[in-house]
Amino acid sequence: MEDNQTPQLTDDEKKLFEDLMPEDLDEILDTGVNRRHFLKLMTLAGGGLLAAHSAVAEQVFTRPLSVPSAPEPASAAIENGVNVSFKVNGAARKLTVDSRMTLLDTLREKLELTGSKKGCDQGQCGACTVLVDGRRVLSCLTLAATCEGRSVQTIEGLAQSQNGSAVRLHPMQAAFLKHDGFQCGFCTPGQICSAVALLEEARNGHASYVTENVRQTAGPVQLSNEEIRERMSGNLCRCGAYPNIVAAIQEVHSGKPVEQTWQFVG
Amino acid sequence: MRPFRFTNAKDASSAVQGLTSNPNARFLAGGTNLLDLMKEDVERPDELIDITRLPLTQIKAITSGPNQGGLSIGGLGRNADAANHPLVRQNYPLLTQAILAGASGQIRNMATNGGNLLQRTRCPYFYEVSMPCNKREPDGQSARSGCGALEGINRMHAIFGWSDKCVAVYPSDMAIALAALEATVRVRKADGQERSIAFADFHRLPGDTPEKDTNLNHGELITAIELPKNRFADHSYYLKVRDRSSYAFALVSVAAALEVKENRIVQARIAMGGVAHKPWRALKAEQLLVGKEATEANFRQAAEAEMADARPLAHNKFKVELGNRSIVRALQMAFNGGKA
Repeated sequence: MEDNQTPQLTDDEKKLFEDLMPEDLDEILDTGVNRRHFLKLMTLAGGGLLAAHSAVAEQVFTRPLSVPSAPEPASAAIENGVNVSFKVNGAARKLTVDSRMTLLDTLREKLELTGSKKGCDQGQCGACTVLVDGRRVLSCLTLAATCEGRSVQTIEGLAQSQNGSAVRLHPMQAAFLKHDGFQCGFCTPGQICSAVALLEEARNGHASYVTENVRQTAGPVQLSNEEIRERMSGNLCRCGAYPNIVAAIQEVHSGKPVEQTWQFVG
Repeated sequence: MRPFRFTNAKDASSAVQGLTSNPNARFLAGGTNLLDLMKEDVERPDELIDITRLPLTQIKAITSGPNQGGLSIGGLGRNADAANHPLVRQNYPLLTQAILAGASGQIRNMATNGGNLLQRTRCPYFYEVSMPCNKREPDGQSARSGCGALEGINRMHAIFGWSDKCVAVYPSDMAIALAALEATVRVRKADGQERSIAFADFHRLPGDTPEKDTNLNHGELITAIELPKNRFADHSYYLKVRDRSSYAFALVSVAAALEVKENRIVQARIAMGGVAHKPWRALKAEQLLVGKEATEANFRQAAEAEMADARPLAHNKFKVELGNRSIVRALQMAFNGGKA
C-alpha cells in the first residue's frame, strides 16, 4: 500500500500523540503525517511512555493497518494494467495489476497477505514460496498477470480455519513448532509451503538428484533425511535451523514421532 | 523493472507472429531467468507474450521420422514433469538426473523444457550492468562493451572454446544430458513451418558475437525436444560438482553414457557442463573409448586426452584436473549402473 493511501490520524491517535510529543503535533499534522509514520514514531517513543497510556495505545497498535481498499482502478488507469481473476486461499480475487507486478508483491502489497516473504527477490532463497495449483513455486519470479484462473495457497491458507480465524494448524506448522524449525522465522513461511508440497511430490513418486535409482518408478517414496535435505535445498535459512527443519518434515512425512534435537534448560 | 505490454498467446501461430512483428518482444514461459534479468535491467523487453498456456506440454513416443522409437518432450512442459515422466525415467535416466541436478524443486516446477535451453549465462559481469560485457552490450556498440571476466575474477568461467570477447559458461544441466543424448530441437518458424536443429548446432561458441547464445532466430518457438532411441539406459550417469552440495551452478559437470557389451565399450557419449559457452561434447574422449575395456585406466586416458586441449584462465586452472577426475568418476558411475 502506498503511504499516501493511508488514512490521517484518528482522534485517539491525535490525543495519544499530543500527550507524548505536544510540541511536535502541529508541525507533523501540517506536513501530513499519516498513520504509518505515526506508528513508527510511537514505536521509537518507547515502551515506558506508552505504558501510561496502555489502554489507548493498545487499541491503536492492534488496529490493523489496513483500510477499506479504495476502488480498484480500471486497467486503463494503470499503464500496462492487466485484469486478473484468481483464487487465493480459497477466496476468489479480482484485481487490476501493473504488468510488472509479481505474485509476491500482489500478495503482500495488494492483498495484505504478508506471510510470504521477500528475501532476495531473485529466486535464490525460497522465502517467497507459495503453492500455485498445488505446486510449489517462487512468487517473486511469477508475474501476477500469469495467474489468471489459478489457485494460490499461501502460508495464511494452510491452517484449518472457521469464520476467518485459524482453529487448527496444518500438521507441518505444528511440527515446525514442536521441533523448533526456525530462529528468526523469516524463511519459515516459505520453508513450510515448500515442505507441504514436497510431501505431495513424494506421494506422487517423484525422484530427486540423490535418488539412487531413478528408473524405479513404482508408487510413493519413503524419504531419507538426505532426500529431504536435497529436496528442500531451494529454501535457505540464514539462522541454520536445518537439522530441526529436516526433523519436522521427517515427522510429518513418516507419521512417526522424531526425537527432538533440542530441550529446555533446567 | 521497465514497463512492458503483457499479452496472452492464443495459439502457437499468433505467438510466433506476435514476436516476429516486434523485435523487442520476448516469449514468457517459466520466467525463472527472464524475470530475474529484467529486474536487473539486463533484459529490456517492451512486450512479453505469455506462451505457458499453449498445448505444447506432451511427452509421447515418436512413431515416425528419423527419431522413430524415441521420445518427444513438449517445449512448454515443465522441467519437473519431464524429469519424473515414467518414459523419461525408464529410457533416459541421464536426462532425469540432469534436470534434477539443476535449480530447486520450486524452479523445476516453473521452468519449461524449451526455456531451460535458453537460459543465459550466470557470469556476474553479464548480470551487473555497470560492468563491461560483450554479451550484454555487443562489441563496439557501447562504452560498456568488453569482457570484465577475461582479466577479472574468472574462477567460474570457461576452459574450452572461449574467445577474447567472452569467457562465460553456459548454465543448464538439462542441456548437457541432451547433448550427450544427441537430441533434436524442433522449432516453429515465423512462416508457420517447422525445422529441426541438431543439438550440437543449437548453442554457439562466443567467437565475435557472444550476444548470440543460440542459432534460434527471433520469432522462432521451441515446440519440442526429440530424443532418439538409444542403448544407454543401463549405463549412464550425470555427475555435477559444485561449491555446495545442492542448488548451485556447476563448477564442472559430466553427462556420461555407455553402451557396453561383455565389458567392452561399444559406444560412448560424454558431454560437459561448466567448462564452455555451450554444452561441451568430449568427442576425443568418446572416440578413444570405443572398443576399449571399461577400466579405470582407459577412462583416465580418455579424460586426459580431452582435457589436454583445455585453456584455463587465471583463476580456473583447477577445472582441468577437476574435469579429468569428473570424467573418470562419471564413466565409472555410468558403467556401474549409477552406483559408485
